[in-house]
Amino acid sequence: MRRFGAVAAVGAGLVVLALAVARHPAGAASDGATVTGKVKLVGKAPANPAIDMGEEPKCKGKYTTGPVDPAVLAKNGMLANVFVYVKTGLPADAKYPAPSTPVEIDQNGCLYHPRVFGIMVGQGLSIKNSDGVLHNIKALGKKNRPFNISQPTNMVTQRPGFTVTEVMLPFECNVHGWMHAFAGVQPHPFFATTGEDGSFALKGLPPGTYTIEAWHEKFGVQTATVTVKAGETKASDFTFTAK
Amino acid sequence: MNALLLLAVVVSAQDTTKGKEVYVKWCAGCHGESGDSKGAAQHYMLPQPRDFTGAIYKVRSTATGNLPTDADLMYVINEGLPGTAMPAWKARLSDAERRDVMAYIKTFSSFFSDTSQHPQVLTFAGEPSGGEKAAQIGRQFYDSIGCRKCHGRDGRGDGPSAPTLKTDAGDPIFAANLHQNWLFRGGSTTDQIYHRLRTGLDGTPMPSFSDLLEQKFLTEEELWRVAQYVRSLSPEKAPEVRDVIHAPQMAGALPVSPDDSAWSKVDTYYFPLVGQIIRKPRWFAPAVTAVWVQAVHNDSMIAMRISWDDRSQSPDTAWLKFTTKVLNIMAGDDSGPVTAELWPDQLAVQFPVKLSEGMQRPYFLMGASGDPVYQWRWSSAPRRAVAGTARGIERFDSLAASGGFHGDAVYDKGQWRVVLTRALATADSTNELQFAVGRAIPVAFFAWDGSNGERGARMAVSTWYFLALDRPTPPGTFISPVIAMVVTLGLGMLVIVRAQRRGGSGGARRA
Repeated sequence: MRRFGAVAAVGAGLVVLALAVARHPAGAASDGATVTGKVKLVGKAPANPAIDMGEEPKCKGKYTTGPVDPAVLAKNGMLANVFVYVKTGLPADAKYPAPSTPVEIDQNGCLYHPRVFGIMVGQGLSIKNSDGVLHNIKALGKKNRPFNISQPTNMVTQRPGFTVTEVMLPFECNVHGWMHAFAGVQPHPFFATTGEDGSFALKGLPPGTYTIEAWHEKFGVQTATVTVKAGETKASDFTFTAK
Repeated sequence: MNALLLLAVVVSAQDTTKGKEVYVKWCAGCHGESGDSKGAAQHYMLPQPRDFTGAIYKVRSTATGNLPTDADLMYVINEGLPGTAMPAWKARLSDAERRDVMAYIKTFSSFFSDTSQHPQVLTFAGEPSGGEKAAQIGRQFYDSIGCRKCHGRDGRGDGPSAPTLKTDAGDPIFAANLHQNWLFRGGSTTDQIYHRLRTGLDGTPMPSFSDLLEQKFLTEEELWRVAQYVRSLSPEKAPEVRDVIHAPQMAGALPVSPDDSAWSKVDTYYFPLVGQIIRKPRWFAPAVTAVWVQAVHNDSMIAMRISWDDRSQSPDTAWLKFTTKVLNIMAGDDSGPVTAELWPDQLAVQFPVKLSEGMQRPYFLMGASGDPVYQWRWSSAPRRAVAGTARGIERFDSLAASGGFHGDAVYDKGQWRVVLTRALATADSTNELQFAVGRAIPVAFFAWDGSNGERGARMAVSTWYFLALDRPTPPGTFISPVIAMVVTLGLGMLVIVRAQRRGGSGGARRA
């Protein structure tokens, strides 16, 4: 009975701790600072190449207009699918536990969704095949070990994810040579991928001076230095130029 | 003391200083001094030499993405990688040298010293017994798990995704032709094929199928069936080269169509081809590994069927990027850069212009200016066959078709089958070989895969072999053994019956 009580107490303690962690995920303290901004594209966006999905009617059927490889998504001068992350500036000894929910990448219409995403070191990766056609998923890690698995039908495969920081870690399908995705593997949760409006927000940052990097698969990288105080929100825009 | 002993054991087992000596002498030429595959020979081979710095290996016993075991590395060092420039070292280096060089190779990548890496050696259920249905069931799973996407409907590496395949480094790579298991990188047996299905071939497009077992999409037995099916596509034994093509004499018309059923009754001869590396531009990446040849004749004509596996029916725009990549990698050769074009597939069958009495033959590489050869040349586009005279690689003069020279071809799921026919004797005996029954007629073969960038001197070649038009077998050859058997049997019976009568206690009498 006494032993049960002790176990219960420890258990309750763990629950409280878990709730506390859940309420205040790593770094997202109430006094956390935010770096927000927009990523712009100046110049004429290059046309995305058309994809011939003739061999895969199941995928082709998911498009009303001819599918294209969406390498550059720019609308009203705003650039989507830019990976923005804190490159340096966090306390050297800071440790950020990976979320227990995995990142999901879906193969739908013989394209990856999302195409550009962040994932924490140690965070699981859930790979989904919504196409019902054979895909192989090859992760071409250089700092991380690579892998290459197959999904011949509609299914979900759980992978353990990655062990060290890597920007960016490419994914490809060799059955459909046009399929590309890019993962930014980070030891912390301060990363975001720009949406259609080109905007991003890195929330819950501790006060400090940070090097923020913005990465795009066609236009390379841009960096900015931002200093934030506790609770402060600062804007930092990036501009890529299409040649 | 114990520590010292342990150290001594470690040092004697894997000595990286000695390993480096072996490496520099035997390996660095291709794999590079620093193991990054930037060796002197890198423009002379495709597949390219392994880059050891990434520690990504095709042939493993471990899960995809895992490091190989020492035994995995030793296997490749010992046996080499068939179908590539990597030779087997077991007969060339001592056990100690091979172990040392294996240890040294591991020093090129920090992954091997990373203690967080725990290669997971996969354990397998043993091969289920085969039986007639095994390959048939395997074929169904071959289709359902999508193997044909790269390896093709019948497994000749001609699937719809084949032209876009690339290695991790971005080099073009062929899907394996599953009909030639003697060229499988990781070995030819059903067990080795099953290993590759489970582990994948890391660094290549070939994925691991282990996850499908864990997810119960396939049972282990079903995946074994795929391996058994793949194994069944290749012959029981790797084909052997026989120097003389025997062309039997047939009564009546010859099979002139490539898919005439008569060909199934004619013996097939295998001749391996190699890259033409004597004259510039040299060619170190031939796609056609061999030709299979059959020949028949009657009293006036000869027909020869040449079959070879080719992943593409060239010219094919789907392969143009592949062609460009192949040519770019091989451009380090002294021949200079070449722009890829839509080239056809081609074949040449070569004979001397005249049969000599001695062993003299023209230069095998298409003769020479003063020493011509007689050739049959076939091309996929424009689809035609011409006979002519070659005087070296650069000069070919077609002859006005005489003797009813004719070619017919089919391309079928990764294979060309071409039948060339001609009269044994022609009007132009000055320039055209006159085929004679009972003589050893020198013959050689050349093949080009246009989609692999092959044209002109960039080709696959054989050496001289022989063609023999056999005389008809006299009917007695078949009948006399039968008579002999009957006579022998009869005499035997007579002896037995006599012996039984003499003994007076024959079982036959009592019955």
